[in-house]
Amino acid sequence: MKEIVVISGKGGTGKTSITASLAVLGGKEVVVADCDVDAADMHILLQPENLKSEDFYSGELAVLDQNLCTQCGNCFDVCRFDAISVNNGIHQVVDLSCEGCGYCARVCPVDAIKNIPLNVGKWHIANTRFKQPMVHAKLGIGADNSGKLVAHVKNIAKEIADQYNRKYVLVDGSPGVGCPVVSSLSGAHFVILVTEPTVSGLHDLKRVYELVAKFNLRAGCIINKSDLNTSKSKEIMQFLEHKNIIHLADLPYDEAFTHAMTNCKTIVEEDDSAIITILEQVWERVKTEVRNKN
Amino acid sequence: MHYLEMSKMRAHNDSQRTIKCKTMKIAIASGKGGTGKTTLSTNLASYLAETNRVVLTDLDVEEPNSGLFLNSELTHSEDKYKMIPQWKENDCTLCGICQEVCNYHAVIQIMDSIMVFPELCHSCYACSELCPTNALPMIPKKMGELKHYKTEQFHFVEARLSIGEEQAVPLIKQALKYIDSNYGNDYLKIYDSPPGTSCPVIEATKEADFVILITEPTPFGLNDVILAIETMQELHKDFGVVINRYGIGNNDIISYCNNNNIPILAKIPNDKEIAILYSKGELLYNSIPAVKAELEKIAQYISKLFTNTNS
Repeated sequence: MKEIVVISGKGGTGKTSITASLAVLGGKEVVVADCDVDAADMHILLQPENLKSEDFYSGELAVLDQNLCTQCGNCFDVCRFDAISVNNGIHQVVDLSCEGCGYCARVCPVDAIKNIPLNVGKWHIANTRFKQPMVHAKLGIGADNSGKLVAHVKNIAKEIADQYNRKYVLVDGSPGVGCPVVSSLSGAHFVILVTEPTVSGLHDLKRVYELVAKFNLRAGCIINKSDLNTSKSKEIMQFLEHKNIIHLADLPYDEAFTHAMTNCKTIVEEDDSAIITILEQVWERVKTEVRNKN
Repeated sequence: MHYLEMSKMRAHNDSQRTIKCKTMKIAIASGKGGTGKTTLSTNLASYLAETNRVVLTDLDVEEPNSGLFLNSELTHSEDKYKMIPQWKENDCTLCGICQEVCNYHAVIQIMDSIMVFPELCHSCYACSELCPTNALPMIPKKMGELKHYKTEQFHFVEARLSIGEEQAVPLIKQALKYIDSNYGNDYLKIYDSPPGTSCPVIEATKEADFVILITEPTPFGLNDVILAIETMQELHKDFGVVINRYGIGNNDIISYCNNNNIPILAKIPNDKEIAILYSKGELLYNSIPAVKAELEKIAQYISKLFTNTNS
């Protein structure tokens, strides 16, 4: 089983549309993992039917019992997150600021503070409309620990792939370079970078690739909307060459992408043979790269 | 022009123009990435700076992009640190309290040594302060940089997370602190927020007086803006929606906002010319009148809010 992770640094470059298309092309060889747990969209295109759903607990939240509290202020003194407020001498926990370190509970002389496990979201095992297993999740509003939920989604997807002899786990990552992205890269066999020829596209590609390089991972890049700014596209090509990143494909600026998405379909289900052919070639190339990595 | 002269002129202009949005903190956010947060932040900051004193802050610390669209001069730069424990072997009695009190598994005892994992540490100080022999003093570790720029019209502050650092929130907190201690109530503060709905977005928006959620009229855009709307409702924030790339996709977002009494502040048209200007890193409203008209609508809305909250 090999793990292929799709990331972009910048949001809105077409990451999810392209990942979903590759999932369709991969068919029965693939288990899909939507690891953009913060703003998951893949379910819109693959319309999975959930077979199993579970709450995800990670981290803790301080809860203060006013009946026991002597308002001594120890908790306020040690909290580094401004998560204890004081109004008219009454101490209270500010839930959204609490990072669950548990320090306050440890210094409370009357055990008025308890740490309760925090439900940070829900994860699902599902069947896509192409009859592939898919693992996806939704992080609760304002929740911390998205990295842990990402790791969990990936682990479940890998277990399913092993159990049902699927060759690939295809991971849709989140934008940025922070904890969920780090989590999605750990254990990957190949990284697909999706970018666009804009100043921000290139800037963010460089930053996210710096992270990929720290993991020593082989990567390939798809330049989406490549004809939007040909000189920027060239600059991206130079960067790819310089860093020895495989140039997987150029995709044209095409409203067909939006059209397909508006119909809740992937681009490879539309009648645009040119883009289908390009993406088929990408998928074959990625498979070859992953096989050679052995 | 000298800065003082400029502000005098601006003060003069202010008395003539209706749009005064001073003292407000406005955060620009979206559930989905790539819907136009940075485009709106930079263009709106620049537009409002014609009649207000403005400071724009890029809080998308993982991928800060606003600076790419501004001609600005660097005036100040500082490294930002987070505090992490450092093991002093000679003072340690291996009592195990540090490992026991760390809820993040960032301090672990392996055989007869203590290992610290800085990327897991939340800087709560519990291990350090509860250590009976002071064997884990807190030391600073660089997590990113803060840079202060001036454009011709306004101030711009960028916070940038170092690659490999996983936690955006501590850096966002420090950037907000920097703004609060350097800019008084005579400045309109605009925050370009990170995408998503998790902890970094909460941190970037929780002190804002008003949040602009920007989205695109597609199923992805709708799905993600609903998440963002729910987040803002949870935070009891006053907010409105801006539709970007208006004309693509469908009208579901408009029906959604109408059915839920959510104000639509502006609709920025879908236009390949806009995409091309953006790709080059240029501001839009001086070349594209339709964008200017939409910015004016947003400015009017904000101005009204300000008048209402102060009357």
